[in-house]
Amino acid sequence: MNFRNIGIVYGKELTEWLRDKRTLISTVLVPLLAFPILMVGMTSLMTVMIGRAEKETAKIMIIGGEDSTQVLEKLRRVKDLEIVPYADDWMKRISEKEIRAAVDVPKGFDSALGQGKELTVKIYFYQGEIKSSFGANHLEKFFDDYRDSVISSRLAARNLPTAIIKPFAVKQENVAPPEKVSGAALGGLLGYMVILLSMTGAIYPAIDLTAGEKERGTMETILSSPLSRVDLVLGKFFLVLSASLSTAILSIISMGTSFYLVGHSGAMAKKDAAAFQLHIGLPAVLSVFLMALPLAVLFAAALLTIALFAKSYKEAQSYLTPMTFIVVIPAVASLLPGFDLNPKLALVPILSTSLVCKEIVAGTFHWNYILLILLSSSVYAAAALFIAVKMFQRESVLFRS
Amino acid sequence: MIEARSLSKRFQDKKRGEIRAVDNVSFTCQPGEIYSLLGANGAGKTTTLRMLATILEPTDGTAVICGHDVIEEPEKVRANVGFLSTATALYPRLTAQELVEYFGRLNGLDELTLKKRVDDIFNRLDMNGFRDRRCDKLSTGMKQKTSIARTLVHDPPVMIFDEPTTGLDVMTARTIITFISDCRDRGKAIIFSTHIMSEVERLCDHLGIIHDGKLLAHGTVPELRAKYGEHNLEEIIVKVVGPLLNNAEA
Repeated sequence: MNFRNIGIVYGKELTEWLRDKRTLISTVLVPLLAFPILMVGMTSLMTVMIGRAEKETAKIMIIGGEDSTQVLEKLRRVKDLEIVPYADDWMKRISEKEIRAAVDVPKGFDSALGQGKELTVKIYFYQGEIKSSFGANHLEKFFDDYRDSVISSRLAARNLPTAIIKPFAVKQENVAPPEKVSGAALGGLLGYMVILLSMTGAIYPAIDLTAGEKERGTMETILSSPLSRVDLVLGKFFLVLSASLSTAILSIISMGTSFYLVGHSGAMAKKDAAAFQLHIGLPAVLSVFLMALPLAVLFAAALLTIALFAKSYKEAQSYLTPMTFIVVIPAVASLLPGFDLNPKLALVPILSTSLVCKEIVAGTFHWNYILLILLSSSVYAAAALFIAVKMFQRESVLFRS
Repeated sequence: MIEARSLSKRFQDKKRGEIRAVDNVSFTCQPGEIYSLLGANGAGKTTTLRMLATILEPTDGTAVICGHDVIEEPEKVRANVGFLSTATALYPRLTAQELVEYFGRLNGLDELTLKKRVDDIFNRLDMNGFRDRRCDKLSTGMKQKTSIARTLVHDPPVMIFDEPTTGLDVMTARTIITFISDCRDRGKAIIFSTHIMSEVERLCDHLGIIHDGKLLAHGTVPELRAKYGEHNLEEIIVKVVGPLLNNAEA
């Protein structure tokens, strides 16, 4: 192994890589711009749409209730509701979004209330249609409030305290620190994204540096130089690894910026915006990258090996595209609830890293697992690199025709 | 300087089984000499030259170039060889100068020597007009000159040319032929494969006729003319290869 030669090969591959427009688009432009645009654009659009839906005065229809003027009078005074005259085709009108909801006030509602009889008020709406849901919510809130006022006046009439119907309150209190809350909700995604991006970022350079080189006819040129095959493969490998990591780093920077912009833009209500304020510190992000490093090595070496086997760019693409699924499936599995680390899972590549990253982001450092996973994935990475070097020494692969 | 000793190469093919691409080929080529390998497509010329350039490893036999064995010391062999073929393309996104410098560095040249060598070659081959142009923007002739500069940058004592003029226009082919002749004048040992007879007659000192992986005849042009009683090289080849083709058809 000659470090000078590895450096020369790496420098040359880097120059060519940076001069390739496709590289700039796939590695720099797409991760840096696409994510913020999508994220900020989509959330702003959603915020605007939801805000509009919430502010809308919902048209509703009352079914029955002619004998209960008292409740109807109160309903008419609700400012978020506009009551339209009854029509038999109310259900069709809800479906066609002419009205948002309808409420069925049972016969003799007012008098039944006075007699203390049990009643059911039915609210009809179109599930999945957000404006219809808001209309139904306004209606439900009105009837909830009305019921509470009836209860209060009944208790007052009998001189009974409110506590008689509510002897104790139940309240859930969160003890998890903020980083753990966001860690569980969005943090799992960080590890998953780093793993997936370091894989996708390696695909194009791996193909370009192997099958692409065969197709362009430069493989024989470089093989005729005094460079050893080990130095050649290592120079190429380091470039693929750099591409893979820079794609992941740029994408994570871009994601972080997007989350920050959405969380602090003021476009959303505070409680919604809080979900976008990731409480992930730099040490956790660096730890995730450290954990993902052996995987990035594994991807770079494995993709180089597979792409080298291909005779052409197209053939390499058809080999490598399915590889994305091999990475996505275990990475997604780690996001499923209840999937926790154990010694056996710690030996499964990709899945183990994704799981441990979820824990790290949530602030839990299982050092025994971290070491075991680092060790096992480093062994897999070294094996993949060894195979890549061996493949570069096989004439049947280099000159496959 | 170049000595092929019973060079053989076998490939495994799923359909056809074992293929003997090169079978027991031996020859020598001294400094200041051009040895030409003549043969039809698929005769084994490219495989032989690739083994000499250590791009492929012989299955049996070996070759010694400048005192280095192609199996034992392939990197030292390559450091002494300039290899040019129609399959040795250029990196499209590097400039002509960057490409030549890249190969100079891989051949271990220090920056000062490299600069001097590159300037000298670019002047000699009249390449200064396009030294900063990317290889994918070069004309065929410019590309060929850049390839020549790449093979020359480390000033190797041995040059191997595998059908270097195939597919080139007359003027570009002429540049190559002049360059090969120039290399001989500078005392380099040259192996040259072709199936263009005029090039052989113009250039080579010794020639070998290869068919089906076997070296059927070799010697100087006058020796072969005397042995086969023919002046025309094409007729000599027909006499050497023809009986084998007739046997195969029978």
